[in-house]
Amino acid sequence: MKSFIAFWNILIKDMKNYYLKPPNISWGIIFPFAWMLMMFIKAGKTFDIIDVFAGIVAMCILFGTTSMLSVTITFERKSRSFERLLLAPLKIELLVIAKISGAMLFGIFNSIIPILISVLYFKAPVSSWLFLTTGVILLSAISTLLGLFISVTAKEVFEAQTYSNFFRFPMIFLCGLFVPIKALPSFIQPLSYILPVTYGVDVLRYSINGSNHLPLFLDITILVTFCIFLFYFSIFNIKRRWIP
Amino acid sequence: MGPGIIKNENAGMKMFKDMKTVEERILNSFYHFRWKLPIIQSDNVVMEDEVEKECQIKKVEKIIEVVNLTKKFGEFTAVNNISFYVNRGELFGLLGPNGAGKTTTINMLVGLAKITDGKIFYKGEDLTQNIKKAQKFIGVVPDESNLYEEMTGYENLCFCGSLYGLSKKVRKSKSIELLELFGLSDVANKKFKEYSKGMKRKLTIAAALIHEPEILFMDEPTTGIDVASARQIRNLIKDLHRKGTTIFLTTHYIEEAERLCDRVAFINKGEIIKIDTVPNLIEQTRESYIVEISFEESPIEKIRQLLDKLNQQFNDIKCFIKNQTTIKVISNNKINISPVINFVSKEGFFIIEAKLIKPTLEDAFVKFTGVEIDMMKKEKEKK
Repeated sequence: MKSFIAFWNILIKDMKNYYLKPPNISWGIIFPFAWMLMMFIKAGKTFDIIDVFAGIVAMCILFGTTSMLSVTITFERKSRSFERLLLAPLKIELLVIAKISGAMLFGIFNSIIPILISVLYFKAPVSSWLFLTTGVILLSAISTLLGLFISVTAKEVFEAQTYSNFFRFPMIFLCGLFVPIKALPSFIQPLSYILPVTYGVDVLRYSINGSNHLPLFLDITILVTFCIFLFYFSIFNIKRRWIP
Repeated sequence: MGPGIIKNENAGMKMFKDMKTVEERILNSFYHFRWKLPIIQSDNVVMEDEVEKECQIKKVEKIIEVVNLTKKFGEFTAVNNISFYVNRGELFGLLGPNGAGKTTTINMLVGLAKITDGKIFYKGEDLTQNIKKAQKFIGVVPDESNLYEEMTGYENLCFCGSLYGLSKKVRKSKSIELLELFGLSDVANKKFKEYSKGMKRKLTIAAALIHEPEILFMDEPTTGIDVASARQIRNLIKDLHRKGTTIFLTTHYIEEAERLCDRVAFINKGEIIKIDTVPNLIEQTRESYIVEISFEESPIEKIRQLLDKLNQQFNDIKCFIKNQTTIKVISNNKINISPVINFVSKEGFFIIEAKLIKPTLEDAFVKFTGVEIDMMKKEKEKK
C-alpha cells in the first residue's frame, strides 16, 4: 500500500508538472496535424490514409515520449530533485515504473488524436481495435524506455534532446514507416530489424489493414523482449551511474 | 564465578575507572563488553545485562555505527577506512574542509553512493548492502535544496510525505504542522522557485522531517544563506535535538559545530583525525598557548610568506592564518611574544593587537588537522 501511494503520487506529480502543461498538450495536438499536412503536400492533391495511418501514429508516440521522458529525467537530475526519489525507501524498479508510466500515458494520449482524425474524418478502416491498442501501448512503452535509456546517458537537457534526435531520425527512415523495408538497400535492411519501432509499426499495420510483413506473434514477442531488456539495462545503468 | 571471568571483569573495571565522565564510562563499558571481550557465559551475563540496562536508562544506543568505511572513485580515495558511531539522540558533527570526504560519507550512509569497503550498522543491524531499509527512518537535508521548483511549498511537503507512504490525511496535517513550525505558513502556496535561499533551506529541512525520521542527516545546513536564516536554522536544529532526534551534521563552520554538537569528528583528506566531545577536544588544546596577532588587512599571499618565515625562524611555535587581518601563534610552551611581534613588524605588517586567547574548537581543529580555517571558509563560499 505504501509503495502504491508513492507510485501514484510520482505519476500524478509528473503528469501535473510536465505532461499536462499547455505546451505539451498543444504539441500532442499540433504534431499529428503537421505530419498529415506533410503527407498531403508530398502526395500532391490527396493521399491514401491507409498508407500513412500507422506511420503518423507511430511518429506521434515516438517523438512525444522519447523527448519528454529523457528531458524531464535529465532536468530532475540536474536540479537534484531526482535525488529525493532515490532517498525514498522505494525500490528503484518501482521508481522507474512510476516515471515511465507518465510518459507512456502521454504517448498514448498523443496517438489518440491521429487515430481519431484518421478514423472519423478520413474514414480509415481499423480491422482490429484490440491490436491497434496493443500496438499503441507497446510502441509507447518501447519509445518511453528508449527515452529512459537516453536520459541515463545524458548529463544536460540539451544532450538529452540531441541524443533523442540521434535515435529518432534514422528510425523514421529505417523502420518501414514511409519507405518499405524491402525497398531499402540490402545492406541497410538488417539495421531495420534491430530497431524496436519496426516491430511496433508492423503491429499497427496489422491492426489497420493486415498489411504486416512479419508474424504478429513474433512482433509482439520481440517488442516485449526489447521492453524488458531496455528496462533492466536502464536500471543497471541508473545504479551504476547515479549511485556512484 | 570462575577465575577467567574475574580477570576479564578486572580488565573491564580498570578501563572503567580510566574513563572521564559517567556517560563515557557506561558507553565504553557497554562497548567493551558487547564488542571487544570474548563472549562470557553464565554469571557474567548478569553484569552485561546490568550494563545494558544502565545504558538503556541513559538512552545510550549506537544508532549508527560505521566500521572501516572506504570509498574510492577509481584510483582516488575519497574516504579512507573511517570508523565512528553515533548514539541515539546525539548531535554528531563531521567537521572538515572542502573535499575532506564529508558529503561522500553522508552519501554512503544514506544510499546515494556505493560503499567500496567497510560496514554500516543502523540500530545494530548490518545494513551495508541494504541501505533502502534504513531510508525508512532517516531524513536527509542535502547541501543544496532539491525540492521541485514548480511546486508550492505545501505541495512539495505533501509529495515528500507520499514517498514514505503517508496517507493523504496524515501528509496534509503533517505538512501544515511543519509549515507552521518553520514559519512558512504565509508562503505555503507560493512556488518553491519564488522562495528566498533561507526559506528554501527551511522547507528542505521540513521535507526531511515529514515522515518523522529517527535520524536526520544535514549536509552543510547553513551554507550560503543569510545570517538571520542561519540563526533560525541553528535554533531549529537545537529544538530537534532537544526533542530527541539524532542528528548527523556536516559543516565547515567550526563555531556552528562548537555551539550545536555533542561530539565532533575532524575529517581531512578522507580520514578521521580525531573524535571526541567538544569540551574534551578543547581541553586537549588547553595545554597549548595561543596568541592572536592582528594587523591591518594584507594580501593572503603575503601572509602565507610571513607564516613560512615564522615557522622557519621560530622552532617552538606553529603559526596559522585565521583571516586576512589575523594570524594565530600556537605553542606547547609559554610564548615569548616580543621577538615574534618584532619579526612580523619587520616584515611590513602594521600590528594592531596581540593577545593571549582561550582555546576554542577552532584551535583544536587547527592543532589536529593543520588546516587553515580562513581558507576552508573561502573555498566553501567560492563553491
